Amino acid sequence: MTGTVTLQAKNKNRSIVQTESTTESPLVRWLLIGTALVFLLLFLILPLLIVFREAFSGGINLFFQALTDPDALAAIRLTLFTAAIVVPVNLVFGVCAAWAISKFKFKGKSLLITLIDLPFAVSPVIAGLIFILIFGSRGWLGPWFLSHGIQIIFATPGIVIATLFVTFPFVARELIPLMQAQGTEEEQAARVLGASGWQTFSRVTLPNIKWGLIYGLILCNARAMGEFGAVSVVSGHIRGYTNTMPLHVEILYNEYNFTAAFAIASLLAVLALVTLVIKSVAEVKITGDQIQTKL
Amino acid sequence: MHHSMRYISIIGFLILSIGLTACSNNRDGASATLLNVSYDPTRELYQELNREFKVYWKDKTGQTVTIRMSHGGSGSQSRAVIDGLDADVVTLALAHDVTAIQQNAGLIEEYWQNRLPENSAPYTSTIGFLVRKGNPLNIQDWDDLIRPDVSVITPNPKTSGVARWNYLAMWGYALQKELGDLSKIGNPDYAGEVAMAEAKAKEFVAAIYRNVPVLDSAARGATNTFVQRGIGDVLINWENEILLAGFTLDVDGLEIVIPQTSILAEPTVSIVDKNVDRKGTREIAQAYLEFLYSETGQELAAKHYYRPRSEVVAIKYEERFPQIQLFTIDEVAGGWHNANTVHFRDGGIFDQFYQN
Repeated sequence: MTGTVTLQAKNKNRSIVQTESTTESPLVRWLLIGTALVFLLLFLILPLLIVFREAFSGGINLFFQALTDPDALAAIRLTLFTAAIVVPVNLVFGVCAAWAISKFKFKGKSLLITLIDLPFAVSPVIAGLIFILIFGSRGWLGPWFLSHGIQIIFATPGIVIATLFVTFPFVARELIPLMQAQGTEEEQAARVLGASGWQTFSRVTLPNIKWGLIYGLILCNARAMGEFGAVSVVSGHIRGYTNTMPLHVEILYNEYNFTAAFAIASLLAVLALVTLVIKSVAEVKITGDQIQTKL
Repeated sequence: MHHSMRYISIIGFLILSIGLTACSNNRDGASATLLNVSYDPTRELYQELNREFKVYWKDKTGQTVTIRMSHGGSGSQSRAVIDGLDADVVTLALAHDVTAIQQNAGLIEEYWQNRLPENSAPYTSTIGFLVRKGNPLNIQDWDDLIRPDVSVITPNPKTSGVARWNYLAMWGYALQKELGDLSKIGNPDYAGEVAMAEAKAKEFVAAIYRNVPVLDSAARGATNTFVQRGIGDVLINWENEILLAGFTLDVDGLEIVIPQTSILAEPTVSIVDKNVDRKGTREIAQAYLEFLYSETGQELAAKHYYRPRSEVVAIKYEERFPQIQLFTIDEVAGGWHNANTVHFRDGGIFDQFYQN
């Protein structure tokens, strides 16, 4: 088997040469693949199945009852509301940041890249505590807001801000490598032909990054809806008012209401599955775009 | 260029809508909103009590009241109110957590505990045990917890309200056993005897904590560790929590053991003065807390396994609550302030168990 070379004509234009990547015996290979599969089954597929099994363990009626409970509906609404603010804001800031970083040269660029990564590096709990220190009633800005009757922490604005913080890198991080790979030639051509900045962006840059952007947004949305740590710190856990879906799952679980807890959890799991499907479609499209750019 | 203007206006609208959501707080006379910040095991009690209070208040004043609940570990809930969680009333696990709000944020008046009857504790509880079906290790009293074959589940007294009660119950039991009469504490004639008893009590409590495999951060976490994860032979917890778990989660086969002697736990309630004055909810908040002392309130407390203060209700629910000898925190530790300084602060007696 060693050293066999297979030639495969993938399509008319290109042929890909595939070499066997290992020289191990089939037994070792199957063992390794088997281990990986068992691991996948145990840690990814099984938990997912258990979530759905538990959710429907009380029958379909109990499942829908759990989802239409006023507190559950309030949690779903709050989660959707938060995502509806966070995702567009991240869209704008992510595209701006990625555009600035990949298409222009300026001082402090690497610092900006590092700062964008900060929310990835900071533990979500710390992120939540930071906002308590800033907007809490004994924090820096909290007293001023409170004296104007605006409650930030332990209310919806705090939840939105904390979610914004933890989801900030997703769009920018997705776009920067893509835009860097695409280079600036097309934009330069557009400028030479007399396009304005906005025209260059909307007619040249945006179509090129479309799928990368969708990929980033869908990940950002998944995190926005699923975030637990940072939101838990700033939420105040007021039932039917400042509980998001993940927080509501915890509350129900602590109330020994396992069926309802898993019913809400199954909604989050469905969201994750939908995210993955869109993500894989976007991935295929991105690869397609990149190949096109190179040709 | 008009495209970019549209984006700016969308962002502007979003920011505005966040602000508006924040400001929407009903102040009209026809409806009112109360926020009750409570600790973990009171969920079921207040769920039902809030419903009753709504009806009562509507009948009395015609006003519709919405009561919002926030639950969590008593200490962290107290912390959240200090940091600005806009509570109208707090109903916490121990007086110390209410005093912390008064001391750190000044949101509550200094002599808050004298404002309502019975030390502002409308219902009481005690500390008991939950054991496995059939009580295979025959755990009956505090003495059984120091046996090396017994694994004990109790949360961390640094973070959990009930864990402090658990600790003080062990401590008080040991003192009572040594002294026979708790009134000797604080009496200069018995100073030597008390000092020796305290040394014995320290050993006793340390021996129990040596049997604790996990220190959960809160009461519900400890219950889940014991009931759901099946760790430990005995769970020390609120009597109300144990009775609830014993009656509603009987699937796993658990048994309730209430020791002969334990501590009188007084979960306390208070209005958060600064918050109710700012929101104009003092009257309704006061009525809400007084409702806890009413016959309906007491009845609901008893129904949810809290020992009622009302004697009429207590007699009605006599069978539910075993008659045991109860000592108070004032008797065994000289009040919360003292208990915290001696036992729970950094470097206190509890920390010393884990240093050696």
